[in-house]
Amino acid sequence: MKSNTMILHTAALLIMPLQLMFSIFLLFRGHDEPGGGFIGGLVAAGAFVLYAFAFGAEAARRILRAGPRDLLGAGLLLGLASTLPALFSGQPMLTAHWWELPLPGGDYLKLSTPLIFDIGVYFAVLGTIMTFVIGLMESEE
Amino acid sequence: MLLAVLSGFLLALFAPLLHRVAGKYIGWLLSLLPASLAVYFSTFLSQVQDGPLLLEYQWLPGLGISLNFLVDGLSLTFALLISGIGTFILIYAGSYLAGHKYLARFFVIMLSFMASMLGLVLSDNLITLFVFWELTSITSYMLIGFNHEDLEARKCALQGLFVTVAGGLALMAGLIMLAIMTDSYSLSAILASSDPIHQHVFYTGAVLCLLAGAFTKSAQVPFHFWLPNAMAAPTPVSAFLHSATMVKAGIYLMARLNPALGEGELWTMMLMGFGAVTMLTGAWFAFSSTGIKKVLAYSTVMALGTLTMLIGVGTELAMTAFICFLVAHSLYKGALFMLAGALDHETGTKDITRMGGLRKSMPVTATIAVFAALSLAGLPPLFGFIAKELMLEALLDAPLWSSLLLVATVTSAILIVGVAGLVAIKPFFGAPGNTPKAPHEAPFGMLVGPAVLTIIALAFGLMPFIPENVLFKAAVASVHGTPVDFHLALWHGINMPLILSGVSLVVGLLLFRAWPSIQPGLNAVNFAGSRVGPEAGYFKVMEWITVVASWQTRLLQNGVLGIYMLVLVAVTFGLAGYTMLDQYGVHFTLNLADSHFYEWGIALLLVASAVFASGTHSRLGSVASMGVLGFGVALTFILFSAPDLGITQLLVETLTVILLVLVLFKLPEFVNLSTPFQRYRDLAVSVFAGVVITLMMLAVLDIQYFESISSYYVENSAPLAYGRNIVNVILVDFRALDTLGEIFVLSLAALGVLSMLKLKAEDQHKP
Repeated sequence: MKSNTMILHTAALLIMPLQLMFSIFLLFRGHDEPGGGFIGGLVAAGAFVLYAFAFGAEAARRILRAGPRDLLGAGLLLGLASTLPALFSGQPMLTAHWWELPLPGGDYLKLSTPLIFDIGVYFAVLGTIMTFVIGLMESEE
Repeated sequence: MLLAVLSGFLLALFAPLLHRVAGKYIGWLLSLLPASLAVYFSTFLSQVQDGPLLLEYQWLPGLGISLNFLVDGLSLTFALLISGIGTFILIYAGSYLAGHKYLARFFVIMLSFMASMLGLVLSDNLITLFVFWELTSITSYMLIGFNHEDLEARKCALQGLFVTVAGGLALMAGLIMLAIMTDSYSLSAILASSDPIHQHVFYTGAVLCLLAGAFTKSAQVPFHFWLPNAMAAPTPVSAFLHSATMVKAGIYLMARLNPALGEGELWTMMLMGFGAVTMLTGAWFAFSSTGIKKVLAYSTVMALGTLTMLIGVGTELAMTAFICFLVAHSLYKGALFMLAGALDHETGTKDITRMGGLRKSMPVTATIAVFAALSLAGLPPLFGFIAKELMLEALLDAPLWSSLLLVATVTSAILIVGVAGLVAIKPFFGAPGNTPKAPHEAPFGMLVGPAVLTIIALAFGLMPFIPENVLFKAAVASVHGTPVDFHLALWHGINMPLILSGVSLVVGLLLFRAWPSIQPGLNAVNFAGSRVGPEAGYFKVMEWITVVASWQTRLLQNGVLGIYMLVLVAVTFGLAGYTMLDQYGVHFTLNLADSHFYEWGIALLLVASAVFASGTHSRLGSVASMGVLGFGVALTFILFSAPDLGITQLLVETLTVILLVLVLFKLPEFVNLSTPFQRYRDLAVSVFAGVVITLMMLAVLDIQYFESISSYYVENSAPLAYGRNIVNVILVDFRALDTLGEIFVLSLAALGVLSMLKLKAEDQHKP
């Protein structure tokens, strides 16, 4: 399935980068404001689905770089990886760990296992939806 | 001790690697483990003289499950038999299966099996005992079906698995009842508290369940048929399973629990009755079979029956006889099985009738076989003689059914003397037989095991005070519950047991002389009996299971999605609605005073889109109106200040519509296939579900069983988790484990869809 309308092509090319940036913005601000890995992943999936509608499943695969199932696997691995710090320090599973990195200009970059976990959720959601959509689109061809 | 038990599993992991390094010496290399385990276990010998030892390791302290090990005379006897015989079996297997393409796999399963067996006999906790019990069932299934390309082997393996696992279920129930009765899952505590058990209301049920487990595992009549069929396994497996391990697990369990459950009439009579019948059945079939492995397998059934019967008799003498016979049987049966394998390996046949005069070409095999068979027949100076004399003596003064048991035992002893002739005289002496392969002596690796086991049996016979003082006193004490004073000797003077022994020897030899002429007749009798025997019953049950399974599959998995939905919805809401009516009733307060006009607008929109979606004939229209419904819900979330939910709902709704549209392309034209009745029925169920969920929602607003935990999240989100967005903090921190589970479910769903699409695509490619 591939659309030939110029409007969709142009719109997809314009909207997709914005949507992806927005999804990453949602992902990172999620801890304090509405957003998070789940919502971010859905928005990112929306961007790729739009692209797939405009240019076909093959093109969507190319622009994704990694296969949708690899994204799934990466998401699950990240989710599991975030359990490791607690495991090694003998705490209950998934106890949060925080690290603050000083940035030039006196600010701090807050990194944490919940963030890693959230990125895992992001990829798992993105991978799931892209597996559905690309799988369905390819099965038509 | 923990390491000792688990080391078999660990080594199993590395067996394939070691196989690559060690090549044909793999058997010798791996046998170092059981050998060193045997040495390790023998360091406990002096300690168990003073009473049982409890070695404690925590496993799941929260559930009260510990990995404690109980080391006393009984468990140590078994542990030494398993590791000792295991050593020789591994050496033997390396030689017997040399060049087999799955040799590494064999050792992986064999080592795991051995470790499970050790865990089973050493566990103090009932749950861990059960886990190891089931592990032996599973690993022995893989061992019996090792030649998995052979249909017969697979069938026999499955039969063994079904019988033992069915018994395993009963065993689990029995163990749980035992734990309830004594309020402890620890064997050492249960054995210490014998008194309250007999009066308990569960006593009968527990005994029946436990015995069902033990009888199936130890092949007591009527479950004996799986054991001879398990001969489909390679010989090293049979030798190990039948001498010291698998089938003895049930015997171990009965002996282990005897101090707690014994002295009850039910226990005594069940064990004596089933044991005696099994003993006779085994002896009869052993004498009437022609395959050398079948003969030995049925003689194992005989031995298992004898052991069960001796536990049932329960006197001090009987327990002494039990331990002696247990050890004697393990020694000679291990040796004879390995020799039978050597015969099969070097002559190319298992059929005794085709063997003869092999003593010239296989002198070493013949010598060992004669000595092992002497122990089997219970002749001096082998240890089997001591065991048999003790057994007859114990039966002579059995408190119950003494003469009956004595007749059965002497009869089976006569038959077993004949069997000993079959395995030691028939193949090696007399006229040369007609074997497919030109016979020659078996290699060293296949003879060392039988030789050592037979030498031990001879040494124990000549010097019975050694095992008596080192181990047997402690072992008999743990089976009997209290210390027993006894003295083993080869020569007791001329007494009743000796006379009975002599009679059985003479009659047995006469029977052996007559065997070639009467065997076909015996065989015909067995064939006629097999139509109504327990094995025929097993096949009937299996057939019946298949019939029921296909009937209920047709009923429940009929493939009509609409029916699935209907059943799911009706059952879920039926149960939920019933519970609500029962616990709460139908009452609610509906306060519409402070509702706004736009809330009414959204509600109207929701209802209208739902009605349209269910009524329309256009699929696209239906999907679109479902989208409208979803957006309406999202609006509601946003109105009631749940922006995260609102956003998520919007996105999910959008993507759902996209996915549905993609699927719609694949569907055929809309056709109305349902009858009006079906449509009204579906409508009724949907309305019912809607009403129930509405009432439940209203009820939720009114009652609160527990204090809401949301205040906890609101207060602690920022200070504990450094986040102001409570929803996200709950998702990735407070309840991150749930989320982790969810993303795994999500991934599984994705893979499921993908494989369904792939399957579909492959179907279409087929002509």
